[in-house]
Amino acid sequence: MQSRSASVARPRGRTRPRLTPRAREAIEFYTYVSPWIIGFIVFTLGPLLASIGMALTNWDILSPAKFVGLGNFQRMLTKDRLFGTSLKVTGIYSFAGIPLRLSLALFLAILLNQPLKAKAVLRTLYYTPSVVSGVGVALLWMWVFNPDFGVINFLLAKIGIQGPGWVYSKDWALFSLILMSLWGVGQPMVIFLASLQGVPQTLYEAAEIDGAGTWHKFTSVTFPGISPVILFNLVMGIIGSFQVFTQAFIMTEGGPSYATYFYVLNLYYNAFRDFRMGYGCALAWVLFAIILVLTLLVFRSTAVWLYYEGERKR
Amino acid sequence: MTRGAAIPLWQRKSVHHMVLMAMTYFLVLAGLVVLMIPFGWMISTSLKTLQQAFAFPPTWIPSPIRWRNYPDSWNYMPFTLYLRNTVIITASSMLGQVTSASLVAYAFARMRAPGRDLLFMLVLSTMMLPAQVTMIPRFILFKYLGWFNTFKPLIVPFYFGGGPFAIFLLRQFYMTLPLELDDAATIDGCSRFGIFWRIILPLSKPALGTIAIFAFFWRWNDFMNPLIYLRSQHLRTLALGLTYFRDETGQTMIPWNLLMAVSLLIALPCLLVFFFFQRVFVQGIALTGIKG
Repeated sequence: MQSRSASVARPRGRTRPRLTPRAREAIEFYTYVSPWIIGFIVFTLGPLLASIGMALTNWDILSPAKFVGLGNFQRMLTKDRLFGTSLKVTGIYSFAGIPLRLSLALFLAILLNQPLKAKAVLRTLYYTPSVVSGVGVALLWMWVFNPDFGVINFLLAKIGIQGPGWVYSKDWALFSLILMSLWGVGQPMVIFLASLQGVPQTLYEAAEIDGAGTWHKFTSVTFPGISPVILFNLVMGIIGSFQVFTQAFIMTEGGPSYATYFYVLNLYYNAFRDFRMGYGCALAWVLFAIILVLTLLVFRSTAVWLYYEGERKR
Repeated sequence: MTRGAAIPLWQRKSVHHMVLMAMTYFLVLAGLVVLMIPFGWMISTSLKTLQQAFAFPPTWIPSPIRWRNYPDSWNYMPFTLYLRNTVIITASSMLGQVTSASLVAYAFARMRAPGRDLLFMLVLSTMMLPAQVTMIPRFILFKYLGWFNTFKPLIVPFYFGGGPFAIFLLRQFYMTLPLELDDAATIDGCSRFGIFWRIILPLSKPALGTIAIFAFFWRWNDFMNPLIYLRSQHLRTLALGLTYFRDETGQTMIPWNLLMAVSLLIALPCLLVFFFFQRVFVQGIALTGIKG
């Protein structure tokens, strides 16, 4: 029976293949994994290599591609003024949004980690907004942010504040999207909550005996205990916020006055509206490089603040 | 959870502790109220007349409550057709992702072969690759294959491995199943596929369920891929159709009441799946940090 499945993997005519069990196992392994390998080559590696080549060309699909060397990268720095804008917008969104979102998530997770009643229900409700992502949410927030009939300015008016134009105003649009991203705080919160439950209770007791207060317990027990998860959320946050698309596409189309002209929006418009395929690929590679560098910087910085329990046990 | 709540509250440093707990409750509930306002506003608007939606000052409770908005919004855009498209794409890509990933993950968890660990690293490293890098050449590939403006680009790739998150999660789960089960089955004359089919798969229902639920959320809410690949109106998914809703109603003023009703209808399956399977879901996120 075993040899039958092996001969399926490598048909060798009628003769029973003389294979060691190890070789047979290896063949079976590669048979099982082959869909992934084929998929990887066709849908990832191939496009990846093609993308490198395309990034060096001018190509609108209709006429033949023209080799321009590093011209596309030069174009970003000199001709395409929206490249700089999109970088700035995405950068502000990330550097303001991620710390805000993560600290709020951590704060909420610590609160929910207290012995509260109906904790599971609370956790579920906090996570609910993260479940409904995409176009519907973008439309909902457009309505919530409506300057005249939206709920935010309605509530602000009740306490005597004249609300701003939110996503409809050039000065407030980006801030509005950051605010909106806080609605999905349940996502990192749930991850923090799980890791908080993994911090050994004995460490808190020991700290208490040493006379540590709430803040001290946080800095010397909680924070080190969950630092790997902070790293994880940080990296996921960077990757996610550099790829923002749907909100900007639906809600503002990058406006007003390019105030929410995100990086991937610029990429999309270039590639799929203006059919600059080569330039689009070049933009994608720069995006990848930025994400990679930021991630590496975060990993580098972990030497200062990251703590693995395994190291303590030496 | 109740274990902690049962003993300490009043026994320990009483007053200080009570104040702290009261503050905690207050903050958690206040945060929840703020978080729920958009949902409340959505439901409220979806039951108003258009005049009421644009009334000033706005009200929370619509009068009269206009349930008709729901069937009306359904008919404003070809909802049934878009629903059908979305279900076809979601269901077939989910099927591909679950079957494909479960087999690949089985190999990574249970078989030894030269290059296996290197290959697994490669699987994981594709997680770091932003989709945008391969997006354009993929588009050209699919266009060249004649798959542009069909469902194929949104379905077929999922039958090739099912994606790194799914492979990783399933492999981790399989690793927790005792090897003795495999050995016993081998002694009984079970083939490798037999072990997978009769032992591993039945024991992996929770993990497979997690994958299926995540796949459902991704596909159901996916916007960028349908936007790129589907051109004809009759192929649109719900998410895509929603963006054109404003144009299709042919009104000069955006009918926010209907728009909220239809958005709620589209979000409903996600909310239901989430509430029914929330334990599986939250555990899955906590384990892997998968984005929802």
